[in-house]
Amino acid sequence: MTAVAEPTNDTSQIPAPEGSVTITVKILRFNPEIDNEPHWESYDVPALPTDRVLNLLMNIKNYADGTLSFRRSCAHGICGSDAMQINGINRLACKVLVKDLLAKEGKQTTVTVAPIKGLPTMKDLYVDMEPFFEAFRAVKPYLIAYGNEPTNERYQSAADRERFDDTTKCILCACCTSSCPVYWADGSYFGPAAIVNAHRFIFDSRDEAAEERLDILNDTEGVWRCRTTFNCTDACPRGIQVTKAIQEVKRALLFKRT
Amino acid sequence: MSESLTLDKPRSPRRPAARRNNFELYSWAFMRISGLALVILVLGHLFIMNILDGGVHRINFAFVAGRWSSPFWQFWDLAMLWLAQLHGGNGLRTIIDDYARKDTTRFWLKMLLYVAMAVILVLGTLVIFTFDPNITA
Repeated sequence: MTAVAEPTNDTSQIPAPEGSVTITVKILRFNPEIDNEPHWESYDVPALPTDRVLNLLMNIKNYADGTLSFRRSCAHGICGSDAMQINGINRLACKVLVKDLLAKEGKQTTVTVAPIKGLPTMKDLYVDMEPFFEAFRAVKPYLIAYGNEPTNERYQSAADRERFDDTTKCILCACCTSSCPVYWADGSYFGPAAIVNAHRFIFDSRDEAAEERLDILNDTEGVWRCRTTFNCTDACPRGIQVTKAIQEVKRALLFKRT
Repeated sequence: MSESLTLDKPRSPRRPAARRNNFELYSWAFMRISGLALVILVLGHLFIMNILDGGVHRINFAFVAGRWSSPFWQFWDLAMLWLAQLHGGNGLRTIIDDYARKDTTRFWLKMLLYVAMAVILVLGTLVIFTFDPNITA
């Protein structure tokens, strides 16, 4: 961050409820029609400790600058639309509370918000997710079963369901993939999210295409590029043990235990 | 971005089919095993050469000639040479794969790496096996 004072934006229209404190939100803005490269802009926003970062962004968009662009849909941590870098860590803006970001008593709180890395930024906090979903589709994230279809449900024991329970929680927000240094350096790596979703079917007792998916992940851009930096596990807003899932796929490849 | 709009089948796979070979698996396993072996080989080497019996000051031509007259130390040094070269070379290969931005840069950096590895391996192996302690200066 440079020492040059950023131009402050007029945020006087944002309503300040009782008990709110003013905090500075620094956003990495980029408008492809005007800017050559992204730049930081600061907004002084009144915030309640119970507000989420998404509320601050909505206030800036509604009262200060309507051109601020970001994705958000359900705003309750389910849809996975509002993944962004908050204070340098990939988080869902709707799951981070202001009270967890407040500086020590008497000090000015600054919250930095930037788009997730590794995917092309289209505008402000909004990135092109297509490379991410391309890797997701490439691991065949759907049930593949051969032979006759059963007339009833495909039964599964509780223990068999438990085997892949952790990886069913993925909401495809891209927090993990865009926190992975291998993915930043080389976008052709499948990335943690695709491997998590492959894991979900590889270890499903009802699925019959585990070998197919293991072959895909055994390739040059597959699990062997993982350096176990644990960025993905730290970033996951659903608490999935992402690195562990990747290691389980490696182990299955090494010892063919699926 | 623009190219994806011109695709006939935008959902068709854009990656080549899996090659079904285990090269990356073996190189990953090799890194773990050779790493463990190198810890013992290199630390042992450093201990013998630099700490034991007066350390580095006693190393001269006669000392090296004496060591290499034993097949055990020949094998130790040979194993260290090959494992370190392949371990380091494979590590650099993945780093080049990660950070080279163009396919041509990637190709030429890898060629440079492989040639350097081959030269050092051949030269080192040659010296270990054809070393002549009675060489005249």
